[in-house]
Amino acid sequence: MTGIDALAARLRAAIGSRRVLTDRQQLRTYECDGLAHYKVIPALVALPGTAEQVAAVVRECAAAGVPFVARGSGTGLSGGALPHADGVLIVTSQLREILDVRPEDERAVVQPGVINLQVTKAATPHGYYYAPDPSSQQICSIGGNVAENSGGAHCLKYGFTTNHVTGLEVVTPDGDLVRLGGPAPDTPGYDLLGAFVGSEGTLGVATEVTVKLTRLPETVRTLLAAFGSTDQAGAATSAIIAAGVVPAAIEMMDALAIEAAEAAVRCGYPAGAGAVLIVELDGPAAEVDAQFDEVSALCAAHGAFETRIAADDTERALIWRGRKSAFAAVGRISPDYIVQDGVIPRTALPEVLRRIGEVAAEHGVRVANVFHAGDGNLHPLVLFDDTVPGQADRAETVSGAILDLCIEHGGSITGEHGVGVDKARYMPRMFSDADLDTMQLVRCAFDPDGIANPGKVFPTPRLCGERPGRRQGAHPLHEQDVAEVF
Amino acid sequence: MGVLDELTTKAGGEDAVGGVPARLVAAPRDTTEAAALISAAQGLSVVIRGGGTKLDWGVPPRELDLIIDTRRLTGVVEHAAGDLITVVRAGTPMAELHDLPGQQLALDAPPAATAGGTVAANASGPRRLRYGTARDLLIGITVVRPDGTITKAGGKVVKNVAGYDLGKLYTGAFGTLGLITECVFRLHPVPAAAIFVRATAPPGHAARVLAGQFAASACEVNAAPGAEPELAVLLEGTPAGVRERAAAVAELLDGEVSGTAPEWWDVLPWPDGGVGIKLTGRLSQVPALVATAVGAGATVRGSAGAGVLYAGFPPDGEGADAVVEAGRAVELLRAAAVRACGHAVVLTAPDGVRDTLDMWGPVPGLELMRRVKDQFDPHYRFAPGRFVGGI
Ligand SMILES: Cc1cc2nc3c(=O)[nH]c(=O)nc-3n(C[C@H](O)[C@H](O)[C@H](O)COP(=O)(O)OP(=O)(O)OC[C@H]3O[C@@H](n4cnc5c(N)ncnc54)[C@H](O)[C@@H]3O)c2cc1C
Ligand SMILES: Cc1cc2nc3c(=O)[nH]c(=O)nc-3n(C[C@H](O)[C@H](O)[C@H](O)COP(=O)(O)OP(=O)(O)OC[C@H]3O[C@@H](n4cnc5c(N)ncnc54)[C@H](O)[C@@H]3O)c2cc1C
Repeated sequence: MTGIDALAARLRAAIGSRRVLTDRQQLRTYECDGLAHYKVIPALVALPGTAEQVAAVVRECAAAGVPFVARGSGTGLSGGALPHADGVLIVTSQLREILDVRPEDERAVVQPGVINLQVTKAATPHGYYYAPDPSSQQICSIGGNVAENSGGAHCLKYGFTTNHVTGLEVVTPDGDLVRLGGPAPDTPGYDLLGAFVGSEGTLGVATEVTVKLTRLPETVRTLLAAFGSTDQAGAATSAIIAAGVVPAAIEMMDALAIEAAEAAVRCGYPAGAGAVLIVELDGPAAEVDAQFDEVSALCAAHGAFETRIAADDTERALIWRGRKSAFAAVGRISPDYIVQDGVIPRTALPEVLRRIGEVAAEHGVRVANVFHAGDGNLHPLVLFDDTVPGQADRAETVSGAILDLCIEHGGSITGEHGVGVDKARYMPRMFSDADLDTMQLVRCAFDPDGIANPGKVFPTPRLCGERPGRRQGAHPLHEQDVAEVF
Repeated sequence: MGVLDELTTKAGGEDAVGGVPARLVAAPRDTTEAAALISAAQGLSVVIRGGGTKLDWGVPPRELDLIIDTRRLTGVVEHAAGDLITVVRAGTPMAELHDLPGQQLALDAPPAATAGGTVAANASGPRRLRYGTARDLLIGITVVRPDGTITKAGGKVVKNVAGYDLGKLYTGAFGTLGLITECVFRLHPVPAAAIFVRATAPPGHAARVLAGQFAASACEVNAAPGAEPELAVLLEGTPAGVRERAAAVAELLDGEVSGTAPEWWDVLPWPDGGVGIKLTGRLSQVPALVATAVGAGATVRGSAGAGVLYAGFPPDGEGADAVVEAGRAVELLRAAAVRACGHAVVLTAPDGVRDTLDMWGPVPGLELMRRVKDQFDPHYRFAPGRFVGGI
């Protein structure tokens, strides 16, 4: 019996045979996450049904010295849930219960496999919702959100997962069940909860999550403003922020992204726009109305030649439709593309967009820009045709150069998709050896044997045959219409 | 002369922490000098001093060779107004950050407190309801580790998920993981208008405010034995919006609209020499926590909207009686906090009393915290014994 067979037998004994998969066909289902060009078939898949079972699986892994990788819904875009060929993939799909909803405490307690949107659905009847809204929210899991510190279009005002999780139960890499934080804020001691959020599965497995619930706003108002250029739209964004307005969201699309969206969903954005801004304000009606007038005026002052205001939810959905479809839509105008995710200071927007254009032109590829303008989180889509020799490599060069631009301007190599396997090699461009070494201290405290999701986040030799950052065509989740990409 | 001799001076009478005198004091001028100092101070036990506003709070250090003072590590390095961020040295007084031109670091901390001390203590006040705490507003940090290594985490942009979020770990660590030399904060615009609603009302009425559509920036309780409990609500925004909401809150609470805060706003409810306890719990349990604390003779203030309260007991005589009284009060409040799924932490107590109290109470995840400390400071030299579980 090989080591893995022996481990499989022990896992079956610990959590029941139907919760342990060893059949190669079944294992193949889990070979990749949302970044589908990295593929590894795991040695085993475990589907624990309780936190204790997760702990039992991890204990067996620790005893056998076998690595494990947690997986939620597998929508991650950095290969974070990529399995380990000799390891166990711990899938949380059997942990989908909402355990407690307490509007009076503004908290809900959920299992890690619970889908993001389900939390909001459970809270809405009470007048509350779960604020972090990644655009994959119809399918991604709360455990995955915790691991990635996911954000959404509305995190400009409301913050990210880390600002909305107050308690966790985690299984540490040696198989202990530990509570970090709780329903109350400011738990004494080190903020290990804060360190765990965003650690991409390298510090253990979250088995229960206590989240904040946010009061539904009284009013939501949305406008679409069309500009001649991204420079103008960028200046309008800065002016809105400078005026002291904190919108719920400010999103921008450039001409190429608009073209793609029009081709795909005929969103009917103003013709001839070099850029559009979508601005959403929410809160008490009197506040929102006053600020809305200010935003409209600022857009006009910065060259908006047309402004549309959503009169109702249907019109709001229409405005968002073009934005939400943009990534998938790019598949209409280019056979292949790379989705990049980087962050720059908002004020550097015009300069960086210009430089991206120049770099793209130098290498003969096109870049469409669709992004969270309010917080400077860029999602450049680098378009290429894999059948044209050399184009893929050029696209990749451009994609990498965009990250360098982000770093050069004091930004980050990832704003929401995480490092995973995909960007581990870029970490040394953003952090010094000492900085990375300090992160390792935390890693060593949690996981001295390095069995929790090894090979992710921190730079390691590249995997064989990997082709970073590249995706062919639209994501299957778009095609099935289950997820929209922001 | 060695580096240590060059960078330190002999401690004076005032250079003590919690009654423990130091041998040496140093006030490095920048991160590089701080790193040289800390590298040279291997083997010495160290406590960091910011504004020293609350240095006597907490457990006294087990031993103390060197106080590192941040008074020369001052100044706003950068205020990028368009990006709503600021980069500041750790010794910069909070007074300088409360009103940057048109913007603010929205943390309630005493003006004399330093940015680094505020982060290290994770101090917060009424406006945490709207703006969060240091943990939410800190987006980047530079730290000199106990082994002298200079290390950064986070960055200068608000949205950033590259690597571990170590800023969270240093926040509230009370200087046990190293010296913070620089912080990057997210700023907020100064609101065009701010109005208070003050009411005589039981703490339970805060729930009505929270459930309404008022988007309060703060919702504070004040209660004391033998006095009517009060609520005060801060509303911020546009002048018209604020007026409208304030009128509605005033009607809801049968209170009064006022341009100024009540005199107890953001004032910790204990005098020098008293016992101060921080109480946390579920929001719905705030009234019960207040009732227990007031029943035990405490004055209670804090955020009904965030579930963070401060209970203060006046100095209570001398000697054995005071010890027994304080012990009983802590026990009572800790039990109430546990029922509310929160914690009761003793922030400060008179010298003789402090040693008899378990200041921190039960802490979940303590074993992991020790392992973190083992990694950062294997010889437990930084603020030895000041933190949870004797860390
Ligand atoms: C169409 C589309 C749109 C997207 N839009 C956004 C967006 O707007 N904003 C955004 O932030 N992201 C977005 N993403 C990325 C992705 O959805 C998020 O990162 C999400 O949080 C991943 O959740 P998941 O359950 O799919 O996690 P997975 O992909 O299964 O795992 C992601 C990481 O989390 C770890 N993990 C999973 N569960 C646990 C657990 N219980 N404990 C510990 N670690 C765990 C894994 O090991 C892995 O490292 C999008 C993805 C797609 C495909
Ligand atoms: C145990 C305790 C609990 C407290 N809890 C609260 C609270 O809940 N709410 C509240 O409003 N206030 C609290 N305070 C008060 C808080 O410390 C002050 O309000 C103030 O913010 C601290 O600023 P300071 O510059 O005066 O720091 P100091 O009083 O000088 O130092 C405070 C703490 O931070 C450490 N420190 C200071 N500067 C640095 C640095 N650069 N790097 C690393 N560590 C540093 C010190 O060693 C000390 O442990 C608490 C204080 C203590 C000691």
